[in-house]
Amino acid sequence: MTLSADRTTGRLPDAFLRPGSSSFVDFLAEHAPDRLPGNRVMPAGVTDPATLSPHATTIVALTFDGGVLLAGDRRATAGPMIASRSIEKVFPADEYSAVGIAGSAGIGLELVRLFQLELEHYEKIEGSLLSLTGKANRLATMLRGNLPMAMQGLAVVPLFAGYDLAKGMGRIFSYDATGGRYEEHEHHGVGSGSLFARGSLKKLWRRGMDAEAAVHVAVEALYDAADDDSATGGPDTVRGIFPVVATVSEDGYQRIEDAEISRVAEQIVAQRRERGHLA
Amino acid sequence: MNMPFYVSPEQLMKDRADFARKGIARGRSVVVLAYDGGIAFATENPSRALHKISEIYDRIAFAAVGKYNEFENLRVAGVRYADMRGFSYDRSDVTARGLANAYAQTLGTVFITESKPLEVEIVVAEVGADSADDQIYRLTYDGTVADEHGFVVMGGQAEQLGRRVKEGWRENMSLGEALRLAVAALGSGDGSASRTIEAAQLEVAVLERDRPRRSFRRLARPVLAELLAEGAEPPAAAAQPAEPSAKSAPEAEGSTQARAEPIPAPAAPTEQADESPTDESPTGKSSTGKPPTGKPPTGKSPTEEKPGEEPGTPGATPGADR
Repeated sequence: MTLSADRTTGRLPDAFLRPGSSSFVDFLAEHAPDRLPGNRVMPAGVTDPATLSPHATTIVALTFDGGVLLAGDRRATAGPMIASRSIEKVFPADEYSAVGIAGSAGIGLELVRLFQLELEHYEKIEGSLLSLTGKANRLATMLRGNLPMAMQGLAVVPLFAGYDLAKGMGRIFSYDATGGRYEEHEHHGVGSGSLFARGSLKKLWRRGMDAEAAVHVAVEALYDAADDDSATGGPDTVRGIFPVVATVSEDGYQRIEDAEISRVAEQIVAQRRERGHLA
Repeated sequence: MNMPFYVSPEQLMKDRADFARKGIARGRSVVVLAYDGGIAFATENPSRALHKISEIYDRIAFAAVGKYNEFENLRVAGVRYADMRGFSYDRSDVTARGLANAYAQTLGTVFITESKPLEVEIVVAEVGADSADDQIYRLTYDGTVADEHGFVVMGGQAEQLGRRVKEGWRENMSLGEALRLAVAALGSGDGSASRTIEAAQLEVAVLERDRPRRSFRRLARPVLAELLAEGAEPPAAAAQPAEPSAKSAPEAEGSTQARAEPIPAPAAPTEQADESPTDESPTGKSSTGKPPTGKPPTGKSPTEEKPGEEPGTPGATPGADR
């Protein structure tokens, strides 16, 4: 397989010089299909492929006044074991969007990397950004390509959130393993702890919140998820590991600093203690 | 019979080279020059959609003169090459040297084997951790690669303009100084009479050393006009930051569809807190830029780089194909 330059002459392969798609994924599918995660064939005889890669857990998203927030805990599990305490599952997709992954971590991370590259590649070739819906649809197409793997247990469920420059608001998109794309309003969560996180979000989310209030709500939702779901990690004050929280607004993607999350987490713990809950 | 006459290889190569050179000479020149904070690219190009200067990768940019369709093809191939390599290995493994080699082989093969050589000249530049690590490669139609230091001029009247830049260029110029020199050189092309080129007629971009990750940035026209005007009043210039702290979105202009500039992908959070809100064009596409870390100018009076004072004779026709 020609990787980047023709082996015999060193010149750029014809496929590189062919005019056509602005999509890197389409280019890969044509030029090096073996590099697409979905095109790999699982060898026969693997009884439970899902155990091959650790499982990434809870991601929550919520809109606030002037943007959208995406947050994820830091735990990955392999069966009953904690595979990682410090994995990061929320990433910038480009300047105006963020993506978080739940499900099979190895494939999820590769998918995110490819998605980031896909958006950047389009931007460089075309000289303009894709619309937010366009980005969301690209992610759906890429997931669809991963369907054979998903059917064998290596499913990835991303949560995509971004600031729509045309509409001037934050928007959230959820997906299923077949590439179905669903627009969510106000808030959403995916992953093992999402059941608890969504319940928490439902009670805490308010219309017209600012970014600061949204950070508080997101951390609290993840706290509730960690409380009841063994696969979701809570704030780890001993090691200084806190959820990844990122906002996307007109000013672009911004990750909230750990110090701020640590402060918010302490606040939440103090509130709970005061209320006298057993939680 | 296919070959009625014997043509000596020397003659054949010479004819092809002359053909390519003629095509390139018709184009307007591009000036590439190093300044204290990176590498600057400038060319006269009234079109805002058909670029002659583009981003290839995080630290690598591309500039070309000649036939638009031919260098556009090479640009896209370069982006694919870089993205492919970065995806297969790591972002730090994409180098200008590798890309320049691939381009050289491609240009060289086409020069010898195809019916017509590519009428293009290319610069591939990479900004390094400090100015000693900057790399500027110049590639010509026959696949020749030259590793240049400091500055390159290519296109029509390249030699003449190159002399002008050579006189004025020195290491560690500020961005304003470097751009005034580049624009003065571009305006000195037509015979002896020099002219002032308006900011609206220029395409200018920089690779900024201090930017995290994607270092390529286009300079919007208002910012550019400000930088070029600085030289007129050295005391005032010293008080202003050499680089803009914000840039406004160019609004859509007539029938020409304004294209949003490539927006840098977000990098790891940094201390840069002075981010300007991004402007939104009526089309909804955003044209934005992050403010660079403001660096005060050196304070030296850049009198010798002052652009010509004669009334401007832009005389430029739309379209960037040449």
